[in-house]
Amino acid sequence: MSETDQPRNTPARIFELYKTMCLIRAFEERAEDAFDEGFINGSIHQYIGQEAVGTGVCSNLRRNDYILSNHRGHGHSIAKGADPEAMMKELMGRVGGTSGAKGGSMHIADFSVGMLGANGVLADGLTMGVGAAQAITLKGDDSIVAVFVGDGTTNRGPFYEALNWAMVYELPIMFVCENNTYASSTLTRSVTAGDGPVARAKAFGMPAFDVDGNNVVAVDALATDLIARVRSGQGPHFLHARTYRVKGHISRDKLLYRRDGETEENWENEPLGQCASWLADNGLNEADLRSAHAAAYAQIDTAVTAAKESPFPDAALAYEDVQDFGPPEPWAGTGDAA
Amino acid sequence: MTTMTFADAVREGLAEEMRRDPLVWALGEDLSTAHGGTSANQYLGLIEEFGAKRIVNTPISENTIMGAAVGAAVAGTRPVADLRMADFGMCAVDELVNQAAKIRYMFGGQARVPLVVRQAIGMRKGGAAQHSQSTEAWYVHTPGLVVVAPGTPADGRGLLKSAIRADDPVVFMEHKDLWSTKGDVPDDEGMVPIGEAKTLREGSDLTIVSWSRMAHLAVEAAETLAADGTSVEVIDLRTLWPWDKVTVYASVAKTGRLLVAQEAVQVGGFASEIAADVTENCSTDLKTFPRRIGAPRMPVPYAEPMENEFRVTTERVVAKAREALDA
Ligand SMILES: Cc1ncc(C[n+]2csc(CCOP(=O)(O)OP(=O)(O)O)c2C)c(N)n1
Ligand SMILES: [Mg+2]
Repeated sequence: MSETDQPRNTPARIFELYKTMCLIRAFEERAEDAFDEGFINGSIHQYIGQEAVGTGVCSNLRRNDYILSNHRGHGHSIAKGADPEAMMKELMGRVGGTSGAKGGSMHIADFSVGMLGANGVLADGLTMGVGAAQAITLKGDDSIVAVFVGDGTTNRGPFYEALNWAMVYELPIMFVCENNTYASSTLTRSVTAGDGPVARAKAFGMPAFDVDGNNVVAVDALATDLIARVRSGQGPHFLHARTYRVKGHISRDKLLYRRDGETEENWENEPLGQCASWLADNGLNEADLRSAHAAAYAQIDTAVTAAKESPFPDAALAYEDVQDFGPPEPWAGTGDAA
Repeated sequence: MTTMTFADAVREGLAEEMRRDPLVWALGEDLSTAHGGTSANQYLGLIEEFGAKRIVNTPISENTIMGAAVGAAVAGTRPVADLRMADFGMCAVDELVNQAAKIRYMFGGQARVPLVVRQAIGMRKGGAAQHSQSTEAWYVHTPGLVVVAPGTPADGRGLLKSAIRADDPVVFMEHKDLWSTKGDVPDDEGMVPIGEAKTLREGSDLTIVSWSRMAHLAVEAAETLAADGTSVEVIDLRTLWPWDKVTVYASVAKTGRLLVAQEAVQVGGFASEIAADVTENCSTDLKTFPRRIGAPRMPVPYAEPMENEFRVTTERVVAKAREALDA
């Protein structure tokens, strides 16, 4: 969100991260409400409990750095600086949505802030991220790429192709593995051999580090370090953030596969509370914390209202941006037969 | 007869085949967790009955789900690979098209590849570009594959059973919006043969050929047209390759008019093949050239007003049918 070259771990800096996390949390909670009220179609994958990862990483990125996200992309997008109001409009399929209401929750993108897209297909962001890094080296600037990947997705082949490739060409890329324990209804460790993502990355000779992904102070510190290394030409790095998917895989998920009490136990480690305590311990007063929290919810409530008031797009827009060559036969804007 | 949902009927069919033949097994993501499948409890309870060797909860590894099914099929078992959605099935097109479809022929008939691959197709409200596609034409185009796209619970169950018993690789395409629809399922074995269409409604003025969810819309269209005094015959192909030419030709001989309706993008779609085939083979019966209707050649948009532009609605089918009837 911000181009922070401030020293790490200062209360002022962490307070900024806290605000971003509050914004993500508020967005996800209000999105779920809107989904339940019938304002959102399809499904939404919430980022609740994982806010510290996207926030800690993206706060170390510049506007012209790229990120590639996945199906759980709302938090990444907000952290990279996408406008939550435009995102909410996208979720509700309204005019002013980030993707012109063509994509919805799983296809948020904001190229103006280097957010090259959420994704409905697992692992495709990894290989495209490698390509974005190739483009950077070709163009010769000092921007970098960060790719977000879930734990379950590390079992897809493109993960290995991308890591190998990135190392071979010494690309300016950081892989961020968000290990939230689950892949849909499956416990990832039940279908994963070996010592996990860090060991896998190291097998390619890639420097790989593990961090408590619910501790934004720690994520931020590690990301500051790794991103500086990537930017200075030291090649790909791997950041593995241990976290927990507090909500269901999608908002409708009934979580039948979870043991009783599991969600509640993990909720105790959720990142916003941890961050607030850290800030309180480091001299921030409660009133400031509370008002930051309230301000985030107020901003999102305004976004929700604006989205609900925004009209649906004109149906004829469906036929725009298909491709340069050739019309979308058999009807294109003349489909008023229906 | 028992009334059940499409998802339940297909699960019953799978369970019955697994009871009958110990070498039938299933593999895919999330198959054995408490949700019993990915979206519609299609595997609920099977892990308890058949155990983890036969209901294999896989990593997210589409290439290996498909490739393993091919390997296991040539090695003497009958795998049912679940790729969740046709959109993710694309991750494993190589193993399906370059391996499963070709092994028997390329190796001079030494082996058979008796696998089933389940790939859910079709639009669900708000599914958008990467969770909505109907890719049946890709696989109909591929020599070596059988493609089925049942539209009712009974056909889902009966065709899955036939698919499992078939020695050819079968792509089993179920429409996501059909999973929760209910219908009567016979109490007997209920086999539905591969390659046999079903006439859903008899008529004398126009034949509408369709499959999967679109066949239901074709019936609605026929009902609308009946109100005008037009008599429309509706054929649900059920199997797309090999398709039931006997039934379609006989119907066209009677009506002299053909409309083929599909949910998939029209350009390069399977409706085009049927229309072309009937043009070539039923020319003396045809009173007018065959019509086809399919979606515009664009990705599926998200917002509802735009999404509706992509949809081949009953109204659009009716309009196209009138075109053929008025010709
Ligand atoms: C290629 C592909 N296979 C399967 C899916 C269906 N799917 C969507 S999310 C998901 C689980 C992903 O788990 P993980 O990578 O851990 O990310 P998380 O959802 O936990 O953030 C699955 C299987 C998909 N979208 N794409
Ligand atoms: Mg996960």
